[in-house]
This record gives sequence, C-alpha cells and structure tokens, in this order.
Amino acid sequence: MNGRIHSLESFGTVDGPGTRFVVFVQGCPMRCAYCHNPDTWPMNGGTMMEPEYIYEQYKRNKPFYENGGITVTGGEPLMQVDFLIDLFTLAKKDGVHTCIDSSGIAFKPGNTEWIKKLDHLMTLTDLVMLDIKHIDPEKHKELTGQPNDGILAFAEYLDEKGIDMWIRHVVVPGITDDDKYLFKLGYFIGQFANLKALDVLPYHTMGEKKYEELGIPYKLAGVPAMDKGKVVEKKQVILDGIKKRRSEEPVH
Amino acid sequence: MRPEWKDFVGGKWDSEVNVRDFIQKNYTPYDGDESFLAGPTQNTKDLWAQVLDLQKKEREAGGVLDMDTKVVSTITSHGPGYLDKSKETIVGFQTDKPFKRSLQPYGGIRMAEKACADNGYEVDPEISEFFSTHRKTHNAGCFDAYNQEMRACRTAHIITGLPDAYGRGRIIGDYRRVALYGIDYLIEDKQAQKDSTGRVMTDDVIRLREELSEQITALKMMKEMAASYGCDISKPAANVQEAIQWTYFGYLCSVKEQNGAAMSLGRTSTFLDCYAQRDLANGTFTEEQIQEFVDHFIMKLRCVKFARTPEYNQIFAGDPVWVTESLGGVGVDGRHMVTKMSFRYLHTLENLGASPEPNLTVLWSTRLPENWKKYCAKISITTSSIQYENDDLMRVTHGDDYGIACCVSSMVIGKEMQFFGARANVAKCLLYALNGGIDEVTKKQVGPKYRPVEGDVLDYDDVYSKFIDMLEWQADVYVNTLNIIHYMHDKYCYERAEMALHDRDVKRYFATGVAGLSIVADSLSAIKYAKVEPIRDEDGIIVDFKTTGDFPKYGNDDDRVDSIAQDIVHKFMTAIRRHHTYRNGVPTTSILTITSNVTYGKATGNTPDGRKKGQPFAPGANPMHGRDTHGAVASLSSVSKLPFKDAQDGISNTFTIIPGALGKEDQVFAGDIEIDLNK
Repeated sequence: MNGRIHSLESFGTVDGPGTRFVVFVQGCPMRCAYCHNPDTWPMNGGTMMEPEYIYEQYKRNKPFYENGGITVTGGEPLMQVDFLIDLFTLAKKDGVHTCIDSSGIAFKPGNTEWIKKLDHLMTLTDLVMLDIKHIDPEKHKELTGQPNDGILAFAEYLDEKGIDMWIRHVVVPGITDDDKYLFKLGYFIGQFANLKALDVLPYHTMGEKKYEELGIPYKLAGVPAMDKGKVVEKKQVILDGIKKRRSEEPVH
Repeated sequence: MRPEWKDFVGGKWDSEVNVRDFIQKNYTPYDGDESFLAGPTQNTKDLWAQVLDLQKKEREAGGVLDMDTKVVSTITSHGPGYLDKSKETIVGFQTDKPFKRSLQPYGGIRMAEKACADNGYEVDPEISEFFSTHRKTHNAGCFDAYNQEMRACRTAHIITGLPDAYGRGRIIGDYRRVALYGIDYLIEDKQAQKDSTGRVMTDDVIRLREELSEQITALKMMKEMAASYGCDISKPAANVQEAIQWTYFGYLCSVKEQNGAAMSLGRTSTFLDCYAQRDLANGTFTEEQIQEFVDHFIMKLRCVKFARTPEYNQIFAGDPVWVTESLGGVGVDGRHMVTKMSFRYLHTLENLGASPEPNLTVLWSTRLPENWKKYCAKISITTSSIQYENDDLMRVTHGDDYGIACCVSSMVIGKEMQFFGARANVAKCLLYALNGGIDEVTKKQVGPKYRPVEGDVLDYDDVYSKFIDMLEWQADVYVNTLNIIHYMHDKYCYERAEMALHDRDVKRYFATGVAGLSIVADSLSAIKYAKVEPIRDEDGIIVDFKTTGDFPKYGNDDDRVDSIAQDIVHKFMTAIRRHHTYRNGVPTTSILTITSNVTYGKATGNTPDGRKKGQPFAPGANPMHGRDTHGAVASLSSVSKLPFKDAQDGISNTFTIIPGALGKEDQVFAGDIEIDLNK
C-alpha cells in the first residue's frame, strides 16, 4: 500500500544506529506540547508514495547506509501499518536494518485484525524506538492529549515479541523533569529484556518557529530549553529506576 | 650508497631522481591510533605565542604588518629571519623578518604598486621605473597581446579571475628532492638534462635550454640561501630534522619568488616518516622532538604571506596561500600510505590550534585504516580544518605519488604541473545566449551578435541550442586568452625554483574552470519543467524572469536535473578540447569556485532559476543554497554524478554541518544515549 509521506531525509544520524535513510510519514493523533514537527500532524496532508519508489531512493545511495538502514518516523508510523509492511518487506529481502520510531499511540490490543498485521510487521522489524512522553497517565494526557495505557502495553508487546527496543524520553523543564516520574519510568522499562538503549533528549525550542508559520498556538511558549548538563543527571535517575527493577527481578 | 642513506632500502631511487621509489621501498604503514602523539614543547608554545601576537598586531594594523618596498624578492634577496633563533628547530622566512611581505613585481608592477599603496606603502620609485621601462612584466605582456574581444570579456566578467596580473601558482615543486638528494646532485642531474636536449635549435629546444639554465641558477641560489641559515643543503639530509628543514627550504625558495594563486606543498608526510622511523629506531630523536620539528615546520607554513590587493582578497575571500599538503591515500600495491607522520601533521591542529593553512588534505579511500579514519573525523569535528579528496577516484589516473594544488587540482609530484586558468562564468553565458551576446548588466554587445530568444515563454529546446552555441564561443575566447596568459607567464615570470624540482619533460595540464554550474542546471530545469516568462527592459533586453510552477532542482539526487548538470560539464569540456593549447597542455576543467562565488554573483544578472542579480553563486559544484531539501546524502549524490573524466581538474563541494547532526556521540545537541544498561 502507498504511504502518506511528509518528507524523505537521506542523511539521518540521530534516528537509530548508523547513518540512516529516514522516512517521515504524515499524520499523528498525538498533540504533544513540545512536538517539533507539528507540520506532520494532519492526517490528510503529505504526498502519496509507493513503497517501491521510497526503497529505490534508499538503494540509490546504499553505500552510505552500510552501518545504518531505514528508519520510519513521523508523524506516527504505526498509523500506516500496511505501508510499513510493504516497505520493510522490500528492505528485508536485501537484509537492510529496519527501524520504527513510534509513540506507540496506535497500539490497540483489542483490535485483533490490526494486531495480526502488526505481528506480521514485527517479523520485518529490527528495532523499535519507543518514545514514552510521560509515565503518569494523567500527566501524559495533559501533555499529549492522549492516554498512555496503550503505549505502555506496546512496550510489553514488543518484549513478548523479542523486538529490540530503545526508549526515548524528552526532558522538558518543569514538565517531564520530575525525578519521581523519571525514576518510575526507569522502574517500568527496567522489566523488559528487549530494552537495548535509553535515549534521553533535552527539550529545545527550535520547533517554536514552525508553530508560528502554521498559525498554531505554542503551548510551551516561554519554557526554556533544557540545560544540557542537567540531562545527564536526569538520565541517571531513569537508569537508577532501571537498576532498581532489575535488582528485584533480573531480566534474561 | 651515500652515508646519509644508511639503513634505507636501496632501489632505483639511489641512482636516479625517483622519490616515489624511495618512499615505496622505505615507508612503514601505520595502523595504530593517535595515542603515541606528543603534545607541544615549551619552545613550541613560546614560538606560537609569538606568532599569535604578530597575527594580532597585523590585524590591528589593518591586515598588513610590514611590506618590503625596496628589495625585489629573489631566493637570495634577503638575509635570514627568525622568531627566536634559540627556540626554532626549523628555520626560514620569506624576508628578513616574520610577517614582512615581500615585493614581487614580475607578475605585474602595477599590481605590486597597488598592493603596497592599498596598505599604506609605496614601492621605491626606482623599482617602479625599472619594471615599467626596462623590464617587462607578465601583466604587460598579456595586455600587449590581448585583442579587443578578450578585453571586453574580461571587463564584463564572463571570463573572470584570470591570472594575467598576478602569479598563476598551482605548480608544486618536488621539495622532497632537496632532502633526499641534496642540491649538488640535482644540479648535476639538470646539467645532464641540458646536455640531452635536441641539437636542432627549434623554438621548443631553445626555450627548454633557457629554462633549464634558469633552473640550475635557482638551485645554486637555494644552496646559498640555506647557507645563510647555517645549513649545507648541497648534501642529502641526514636525519628527520634536516629532511624537514631541506624540504621546507625548497618550498621557501618558491614562495620567495612566486606570489602565486596557490602555492602548495605536495605530499611530504609519508616521505618524511621514512626518516622519522629510522631516527626513532636509532635513538637519534624522541617522539617529542620529532613532533616539535613538525610543529615548527607547520608554524612556518602558517606564516607564509604575500602582498595582495583588496580586490584580490575579494576574489579569493581573504588572503589564502593554499599551502596544500596531501595526506594518506592508498598505494597502487594495495598498502595504505598512512604513517605516523600523517598523524603528526594532523596533530599540529591540536598542538597549535585550528588553522586554514596549511590546507591539510586527506586523500580518502574506503581502504584507509580505521584508526586513521577515526582520527580524521575527530580532528574535523574539533577544528573544521581538514579537506577531503577522493583517492579511489584519482589514484586511477595519477597513481600514488600525486598531490593536490590549491583545493582540488591533482598532479603527479615532480612530473606534472598545471597552467591555472581561472574560470568561465557559464551562468552569464546562458544570459548571453538569451540576449544574443548582449551583457545583461552593462547592456553592451560583448559576445557574438547571435539571434536572441523571442516570444513570451522560454522554450527549452530553443534556449538549450542557443546556450550550446554561446558556450562554444565562450570556450573559444577563453582558451585563446589563457594561451596568451601562459605564454607570457613563462616568458616574464617563470617559476624556476619550482620547475628545478621537476623532471625535464613534464606533463602540463591546461586547466580551465566553470562557475555557476548549479545556476545553469536549475535554470534549464525551470525552463524545461516549469513555465519561465522573460521580462524585457525598454531596449528589449531580458533582465528578469517570471517562473510559474515547480521544477526539479540540482542537489536532490533527481536525475531529471542532475543529468542537465552532467551534460553542461561534458559540453563545456568538449568545446574546450577542440582548441589548440599552449605548449600542448592537456585540457582539463574544474568546478571549484570555493571562494570567488560571491564575486561572480555580483557581476551576474537575474537568472531563470530565481536567483536575483548580484546574489552569490553556490560554491564549487554545490547545489544552490537551500534548494537541496532531501538531506546531505541526496545533495552529495547529485554532485558525485558529475563526470570526473570531463572535470579532471577537480570537483569541489563545501559541506557544513553542526556536530550534533552527525550523530549521538556528541552529547550536546543530540541527547545522551546509554547503550549498555547493565553497567
């Protein structure tokens, strides 16, 4: 199936291991206050592209991606599972490393039809980077406009499937930097054996300009960028949470 | 074998001038990392502080600290100069003191006068009179021979940056020969070459014999100059310190006599490492001492200065010398050519701090050792001071002892040289094609009076065929102008020091260049894929364009437009190849306007791609700024499609990226990733 695509980036270095070809899909149900790609929100924008065309763009410059692969981000990739299956089927035929950067918001355990497709997709996926915005259900809703129960369930699902998982977390001053919740986040993800990396990102204000251009009010106006030194401390709190959980129930 | 060559493996090199053979027989590839490197010594720190202080004073003085106005610079014109004699392990300045710029009028007396005047100095009137009345210069020769059309094209900047009033540069002497053989042997060799010329005195033979005599004179003067610093370079260098010093003396002689557009060093590091390895093995010097020699050598190269005018500095964006040194690469036998000395050269950027000079250029191959690649990347990120060139591409043509002159011009050291030819402004040529040879800025008829385009919408086939016709004309006037320039440069401003360190029969590249490639590619693409309406002024001259609709832009890995760029390069080169070239030079083209893109933009009107009059061109073969929207790989792919066989003098791409965008290693921008969660 064709994908609804926001843009293609030929030189992705921060979206998974190595240098990667990055596909930004169009459309996301989340409205994260700090989202720096609000232009990818609408479900009806973007350009329709064939998986074959996109994979061809990757193949043209394959030598650059020898230590990397393809990452699909967005937008929310899991809103377009059929497209992902087609794209990753092409990639896996050539042994290309595949990665999905997702918020997990699309994960609906009750929808068996959809889960069946997801099961299929996971056989073609090497890595999922799961961005957990907030561990607390209420705070999550405040921040993103959506509940987080499905997201946390998605992490469990990935663990069951044995799909490598990186957890990403953006630290925003005064919003997602509370040690209590950071520790709790660590404690939650510490249970998963498939957890391979923790990527803690400092909030930056570079997205604000896009909001102006799009005429969308910026909810975090006035919130300063996260101090880069402090992020290292915050990461340590999450790591402490992970260690606590693992000392209680070792993972294998 | 000579005593200075003790412990070296012999070969062809010990009975003929053959530096490459010496290197191949004696160098030690190094696969390790940078941990062996030594920091700066106290003497190095003291000397560098002195240089920084002089740099500061020079800036405060408005860009020039001191100029010689009385002594015409030759190899032996000035006595020795020092920073602090007691601390310098490598010595030698262009004049009798550091930061004093030499007077070099052979390229053109007016340029020399202006360079002085613009900086508040005045050339000794006797010298001015001598070079205006009694001794002709290169510049005067060119203007004696130019025809009206050439002058008009020069003024209109459709051919531009021509080396007719300044030194052409771009010739790299094999300075290593001084170290390996000593001057006496080189003089004997040149004498034998002179005795071997043809006996029938044709123009070519007469010129060759005169040039060889000039070269022998230069060699004798080198010896004399070195002696003034207390060094006897008649014999080969006996250790690494001498080898660096002798090599530097060779280079120093060339910058004493030539104020060239690029005065590059060559490929010296792996050669010098043969000496360093021998000295380390014999206990002659420690690593710290050897690094000190290298630091002092590089420091000297950073102090090379020329007297130049503000206009010159505008063309070249600053005051560059282009002391390019080529590092690394892979040998034709498959062994990589990275040595400890390659690391030591890059390490100077840490010991002395970042600097654009010397232009340290890594000959990149996928087969380079991993530790070297990592060190290069590290130094690139911390200093932004490394240039990269594709060795895998160039080795095929040039083997494994070539070097880069200026930024991208490759040539086999001591065996090949080039006639530098500045550039043809192809963006302006496209506008001439539209306007039937009338310049869009001055409204004068500069090019041939071909039929201009008619109608309200530009038609691709019509514009393309007119453009190719105009390109033929441009190549014609361009090559003929260069023929005059190089004839006169050889005659009045011959590079005897550099050529003394070449073989007798050199291959001469006849270099040309194009500016504005991405503008023409995008403009033709706009005409082909969008709707472009020309806007004419009251005289019917097209001065602007209205473009409706989108079109593919060069820099996005899109074959529809990238193929246009390829085609232009090929057509241009084909047109150049049709012409007679001075001294049977082998024609080449470069796409490398790294710095002069701003000046060329100023002289060029509105273009159909949407670029406004006066706006800068993209540098080199770069896509136009902001038009490459698919990321760096797509942008680089467009550039890499340009055919090297049609642009053998080099294709440059300027690449800037914030460190954070290079990946997660940089913790400042990209977050802090924890991979091992079990620690």
